[in-house]
Amino acid sequence: MTSFTKIPKQIQEELSRRNFLQSAGMLVVSFGPLLETAQAQNGSGQAAGPYPDPNFRQLDSWIVIHQDNTATFYVGKTDCGQGTGTSFRQMMSDELDIAYDKTNLIMGRTDTTVDQGGSGGSDAIQTDGWPMRRVAAEARRVLLEMAAQRLGTPVNQLAVSNAVITVRADPAKKVTYGELIGGAKFNVALTGRDVDATTGLAKVKTVQELKMVGQSPQRYDIPPKVDGSLQWAVDVKLPGMVHARNVKPPVAGAKLISIDESSVRDLPGFVKVVSKGNYVAVICEREEQAINAARRLKVNWQKPASAPFPSSEDLFKYMRAATPTSSEKPEVEGNPEAAMASAAKVIEAEYDVPFQGHTAISPAHALADPSNGQMTIYSNDMKSYGMRNGIAEFLRMPREEVRVIWMEGPQGYGRTAADDAGFEAAFLAKELGRPVRMQWMRQEETAWDTKGPAFAFKLRGGLDAQGNLVAFDYDARSADYNHVGYNEPDTVLIAQLMGIRRNPPTPGGRGIVPTEMYALPHRRNSTHVVSLPLAWETPVRTGNLRDPNGPQVAFASESFMDELAVAAKADPVEFRLRLLNASTSDDSGFKRARSIAVVKAVAEAYGWDTRPSPRPVGSGNILTGRGIAYAVRNQTVVAEIAEVEVNRTTGHVWVKRLVCAHDCGLVINPQALRGTIECGMLHSLSRALHEEVRFDTEKVTSVDWVTHPTLTHADTPAQIDIVLVNGDPHPNRPDLPHYGAGETICKPMLAAVANAIHDATGVRLRRLPFRDERVLAALKTARV
Amino acid sequence: MSEITLKANGTTHRLDIDPATPLLYVLRNDLGFKGPRFGCGLGQCGLCTVIINGVATRSCITPASAVKGEITTLEGIAKDGKLHPLQQAWIDEQVPQCGFCQNGQIMTAKALLDKNPNPTDEQIRAGMDRTLCRCMTYYRIQAAIKRAAKVMADARPVSGQGVVA
Repeated sequence: MTSFTKIPKQIQEELSRRNFLQSAGMLVVSFGPLLETAQAQNGSGQAAGPYPDPNFRQLDSWIVIHQDNTATFYVGKTDCGQGTGTSFRQMMSDELDIAYDKTNLIMGRTDTTVDQGGSGGSDAIQTDGWPMRRVAAEARRVLLEMAAQRLGTPVNQLAVSNAVITVRADPAKKVTYGELIGGAKFNVALTGRDVDATTGLAKVKTVQELKMVGQSPQRYDIPPKVDGSLQWAVDVKLPGMVHARNVKPPVAGAKLISIDESSVRDLPGFVKVVSKGNYVAVICEREEQAINAARRLKVNWQKPASAPFPSSEDLFKYMRAATPTSSEKPEVEGNPEAAMASAAKVIEAEYDVPFQGHTAISPAHALADPSNGQMTIYSNDMKSYGMRNGIAEFLRMPREEVRVIWMEGPQGYGRTAADDAGFEAAFLAKELGRPVRMQWMRQEETAWDTKGPAFAFKLRGGLDAQGNLVAFDYDARSADYNHVGYNEPDTVLIAQLMGIRRNPPTPGGRGIVPTEMYALPHRRNSTHVVSLPLAWETPVRTGNLRDPNGPQVAFASESFMDELAVAAKADPVEFRLRLLNASTSDDSGFKRARSIAVVKAVAEAYGWDTRPSPRPVGSGNILTGRGIAYAVRNQTVVAEIAEVEVNRTTGHVWVKRLVCAHDCGLVINPQALRGTIECGMLHSLSRALHEEVRFDTEKVTSVDWVTHPTLTHADTPAQIDIVLVNGDPHPNRPDLPHYGAGETICKPMLAAVANAIHDATGVRLRRLPFRDERVLAALKTARV
Repeated sequence: MSEITLKANGTTHRLDIDPATPLLYVLRNDLGFKGPRFGCGLGQCGLCTVIINGVATRSCITPASAVKGEITTLEGIAKDGKLHPLQQAWIDEQVPQCGFCQNGQIMTAKALLDKNPNPTDEQIRAGMDRTLCRCMTYYRIQAAIKRAAKVMADARPVSGQGVVA
């Protein structure tokens, strides 16, 4: 095997870092930067592997203090573009007592940063922020003890500010962090049963002591993203690197019969066709050559005997008629049937949500380097640690011989096809013995990436004579059988196409009940999962998509809440507040009290006038209306109001204004949070207005930005207002935890838009997305 | 294979490549530019945008041999070590989420402002419309374009205005 040890410049810092960590036991005084530079210039060094796990129970794995009195933090997370990296630096510099701009952060590289799982579940700040704060506090404690020795003064008579420790009584006596330990190791052990519990002896600061937290330093990752200097995962080039493209079955479930390699053998730059089972890839020297060869490769496929799925037009009929693959035991409170039977009025409605894809702005990609018998994967996958473990298992390599270097890439809102591309690149690199860069094509990405599951809902609600909601019955069916997890060696697409089968498949259907804090004494939640006929090797495969299932569930439950308010002739905000106020029980996060505060805050920020929906339909061509929806995820509470203009003659919906009230507890970086909220709302708005994966009975037909439209500049609201309710309506509470901010934002938007369209037109849309033709047809049917 | 000549950001390059090669791959893989990126290969999303003769051009569907003018990429719009006002506005407004599409957004906006230095909201929406962002940073992009337009207008010498002595 050819050995390639030339490493991209940006990666060199990491190599020197790893060498530093491996120098365990060495007595060092100040060898740091000089030695690091020498090793980096040397290039190869121990970059050749193996790559043992950094030990999360060692302070040196998290923090390095440099001789110039700056610090580098090493964390096991990735930033998908919400600015969490900046927030981590704020939290850690605050605890360490060092200026934010004297710090640097390295993330998500399995050989140099501890395994905190990468991104997922909006847990970066809520969960992973805590060990980061604790280890930074511990470093500060250790530095104070060192200073006490150096200065001959007890710790309690020292002050620390901006990485300088001074004697309180004699400020001329001082020492910097860099002077105390710069370039050397702490050699301090930490404790904790797992990485989330990592701690030293120091206590973290109280909220009142935090200085950087709550400020809005600009995101450090943005300047290199706008001046073209950032090296993304797509930019890594290695000597001897070749380019690969997949050749996917043209029909879902097709079997490979034969490949005519002569169709591409003479093309310029051709290197190899690799196939195993139904997996086929073409490798060429240059990128455009690989694209051309993949298009021209003649493959003989055999269609499956029966249709892999119903067409997307028939999907909901199919889902409602199918025998579920699994049904959860219904969650029942009180006696919903008796309450329903005694209700003065019973309302029923069905809602349909199609499959919606990630459709990342750039198709999946990865570069795998098999040099020195090891495997290095350069990937933007948000779970680099899982990818490392999965690929090691898939290739039957020891974990220590595999590493994943996370680099920036297109959006990572869940289980994207970046997982698949990483495995494919690694497999091909091992086969070929050369670095292989894999990239999917647009049509492949849009057709074959993992989808958020389709849902068919049926809801019933009973109102008493006074319009109070007395019974609530929720039934959800999700097409989510064989839900694909993250970086699983037996469910990634290449494994499926090779014939590998997880037995039994993952049942799917997790977390598909409403989570709002309404007091509903008589309620039933029933959930079921159904399977499409083809469960394996299908482009209609499901995986986590940003707040998995939340937007679909909240679309049904919060649309229905509006329908109940209409039936009760109540104002939709007032109706919700009545349900929130109807109980005094709360939970540890004061979720009910905070829900009330958030719903009130969004109504006030919008300037909500209290009245039932719909408003009297206007006479002009443009009909306007407003709708509210509210949701909870874990401890974070969000309410959103959409104001729409509906064009009566075209059916076009423009969401003119959005208002969000958001409470995620302690806010680390308000400006970054506002950006996340804006964009999260608009992502869900895209799902409300445009997105649907369509398919015939053989293949996905939504394959590009024409056949799978997305939100555009023209759709952008004229005004977005955000209220950070920031926490806790209980002023006596001594501390505010920081909760996960991101995914809750995505839940309410779809129902808020549906409710606003109803307010404007009196027409209730129960099937997503609200494309012009669907809205127009509904308006015509209702003679609006 | 044949020899073609490309001028990009002030530098002339001679390359021996298949002349049908889309410009994007030449810029990225032969000339080492990182600004233009692959998004669709169909001219639908704008990630690959460069400016040629003042026109925002989608390099993924432009054969390298068809290029008749100087190419400007994202790397080439800063002047004298100072970011272009659009780039600065992108930082001031904290526009990007993942940032992967922002090359297309900034380069399309630059071509827009070069033609129409003071666009209305409607003209910005229309001019930017098929330049896609899946993180949905559109609202901030539009704010940044307005900010940059104002900065550029303030920096322009005003003609026809007397100087008060």
